[in-house]
Amino acid sequence: MKTDLHKDHLRKDKDLTRQQYLDLYYYMRLNRAVEDTMVKLFRQNKIVGGLYSSLGQEAISVGTAYALEKKDWLAPMIRNIGALLVKGVPPRDIFTQHMAKYTSPTLGKDGTSHFGDLDNLHIVSPISMLGDLIPVMTGVAMAGRYLGQKIVSMTWIGDGGSSTGVFHEGLNFAAVQKAPFVLILENNQWAYSTPVKRQVPIENLADRAKAYGIASYIVDGNDVVAVYRTAKEAVDRARAGDGPILIEAKTMRMRGHAQHDPAEYVPKDMFAHWKQRDPIEQYEKFLLEKKLLNAATKKELEEKMEALLNKDRDFAEASPMPPPELAEKGVYCTGDDCHKIAAKWERDKSEVMPPKSNIAAVWKVAGFGAGQGSGGKNAPIHFGDTAAAEEQEDNEAKLSPKAPTKVVRNGAAKTAKVRAGKAQR
Amino acid sequence: MAEIKTSATNGAAHQTANGHGEPVTFLEAIKQAIFEEMERDPAVVLLGEDVGVYGGAFKTSEGLLERFGWERVIDTPISESAIIGAACGMSYLGLRPIAEMQFIDFIACCFNQLTNFVAKGHYLWNAPAPIVVRGPSGGGVHGGPFHSANPEMYFVHTPGLKVVYPSTPYDAKGLLKAAIRDNNPVLFFEHKFLYRRIKEVLPVGDYTVPLGKAIVRREGKHLTIVSYAAMMHTALEAAEALAKEGIEAEVIDLRTLLPLDEETILESVKKTNRCLVVHEDTKTGGIAGEIAAVLCEKAFGYLDGPLMRVTALDTPVPYAPPLEEHFLPNAKKIFAAAKELARY
Repeated sequence: MKTDLHKDHLRKDKDLTRQQYLDLYYYMRLNRAVEDTMVKLFRQNKIVGGLYSSLGQEAISVGTAYALEKKDWLAPMIRNIGALLVKGVPPRDIFTQHMAKYTSPTLGKDGTSHFGDLDNLHIVSPISMLGDLIPVMTGVAMAGRYLGQKIVSMTWIGDGGSSTGVFHEGLNFAAVQKAPFVLILENNQWAYSTPVKRQVPIENLADRAKAYGIASYIVDGNDVVAVYRTAKEAVDRARAGDGPILIEAKTMRMRGHAQHDPAEYVPKDMFAHWKQRDPIEQYEKFLLEKKLLNAATKKELEEKMEALLNKDRDFAEASPMPPPELAEKGVYCTGDDCHKIAAKWERDKSEVMPPKSNIAAVWKVAGFGAGQGSGGKNAPIHFGDTAAAEEQEDNEAKLSPKAPTKVVRNGAAKTAKVRAGKAQR
Repeated sequence: MAEIKTSATNGAAHQTANGHGEPVTFLEAIKQAIFEEMERDPAVVLLGEDVGVYGGAFKTSEGLLERFGWERVIDTPISESAIIGAACGMSYLGLRPIAEMQFIDFIACCFNQLTNFVAKGHYLWNAPAPIVVRGPSGGGVHGGPFHSANPEMYFVHTPGLKVVYPSTPYDAKGLLKAAIRDNNPVLFFEHKFLYRRIKEVLPVGDYTVPLGKAIVRREGKHLTIVSYAAMMHTALEAAEALAKEGIEAEVIDLRTLLPLDEETILESVKKTNRCLVVHEDTKTGGIAGEIAAVLCEKAFGYLDGPLMRVTALDTPVPYAPPLEEHFLPNAKKIFAAAKELARY
């Protein structure tokens, strides 16, 4: 793959405030520091299960989640700890989750980043079966729109997870419903031990968006500003009603699948190459050069971070394990003891109730029916090598004017020429 | 399976006919439940394949789109995982989605979404998913191996789900309403053999039937027959034949399989001392095995004979009528098993 998709953002910093630049820096640093702390805890046998590193992918978690508003919804994958931190999850919750403590958001019933918060942070818990979150977050987006909330939902998928059936089902459904949904495809080039080339025969996974008739972007996943700007544009477009958007962020998983995996299957020069492109080191250099960060501010941030991590780690370590009997509890919501979900209506309910909701239940197919026919000229389906079939390219552009693939190399999207879908015959 | 008479549904403990209104079919009862719940609560939406303009493959959602519009009656692509996933996501914002499987056989396509995501949410992260997954199930209509299944037990083995399988129009309506209002994910099986074959006069106005409660459909003292769905009617038919031979069978309709109403079963078996379980699901791993275990654990001393079961064969549902008839339980098989059991 091409690996020169970076650095140009250094000249295009107009739309971020200094504070925003520093936020991105802080959250990436915090992301890495939280994971460094957990590696230590893992080595001390204090992490109960597996530990999955996002080393080298921090710019994606942080840059994408930073584009969301407070009311928006996200569902992380296991490596998106940065996204959780940006959304407002304290490191404490991540430590206690990994250590299976009673004080963790799931009370020890699940580990890692497998937890959520329906009430305040609007986080949907991930599960290990990849792709399942795509239709779930589509449903979140549809419900938000239905209730008039103007929210956007976001989730992540890897190069590996993009081969699941539910990826297709979910993204297609989101597309046909024009759901305000943004899907971040983190191409970290490895699905456990299998390189992306052995999983999919295409160069850019973003190309899949074309099959769903949705917009897509390709962005350098190690460039946090480019990631943020791309995500922001996608989130704004999704919120404005453009339908779902797919962003492929190209990056590299710098550790094994999990702590137990030394990743010896990865060519050494590949690690060496990507180490040069560490997202945090690159960004720090940029901030220092641009005088957005100085030694004093850096020290201040580091001290703040260290204090927070020490406090939260100590809390997690001092926390008790759950009482064994807890295993029996909570399978069902029985009324009083469980979360109460009530729809928050931000539109007039009467719009979706009779008589306002009454409609004529008939399909309208362009070019057909009810005397509106165009003699087949505008018919959406053509048979054989006819004149109409030759027009397909035009029709396609008309049908999906907002679905080009954009390649983002430098924090600003450039529209690539859409390769016209010549009918395959 | 014999044509079911309307009277079969009226031997129940509930006397619902109020003298008003025409009797309605099982299918109409389901339709009424969805319609009334959508009228009652704008958070209730319906999604599934062909549920909108077409009104559903069996017309259970006919007229809903006209009344409630595109936002609430959603035609989906053929994507069962997307249907369940989206329904679950919608429920997180307070909606009450009803997700239709065009045939319940296709629920296998979203098995992962249901068992791993939907079912575990409340236990793991306090996120109940109040969705209803409903669809036509069961055989006896020559639907063949992919349109006749009874896949309920995959889900009875999944903590976090509720599994409902009604047998009468009254129950279908009341249980479906209760399912929609329940805070947990509920799978609602609609036996398609019953859709247009049974009728019942329903009460005027709103009512629900509680989930998790079985009902005694026929009282008797010599043995207990536990059944549900279409087989409940076959069991009643067999019970009538048994009565002519002086054997009074008590017939229990489970109505909900998960959670299982052990109390009603135990109470009956402690009285009759004999238990026969009849289900249209295949034998191995069917609910009969679970009921046998419950009786062994909690009423062993009361049993005068072995637990017996009359079930479908351990095969896929075959297509040809003679094969399917051989595959399915019937009143004759129930009668024979009950007579054998009564001899203990």
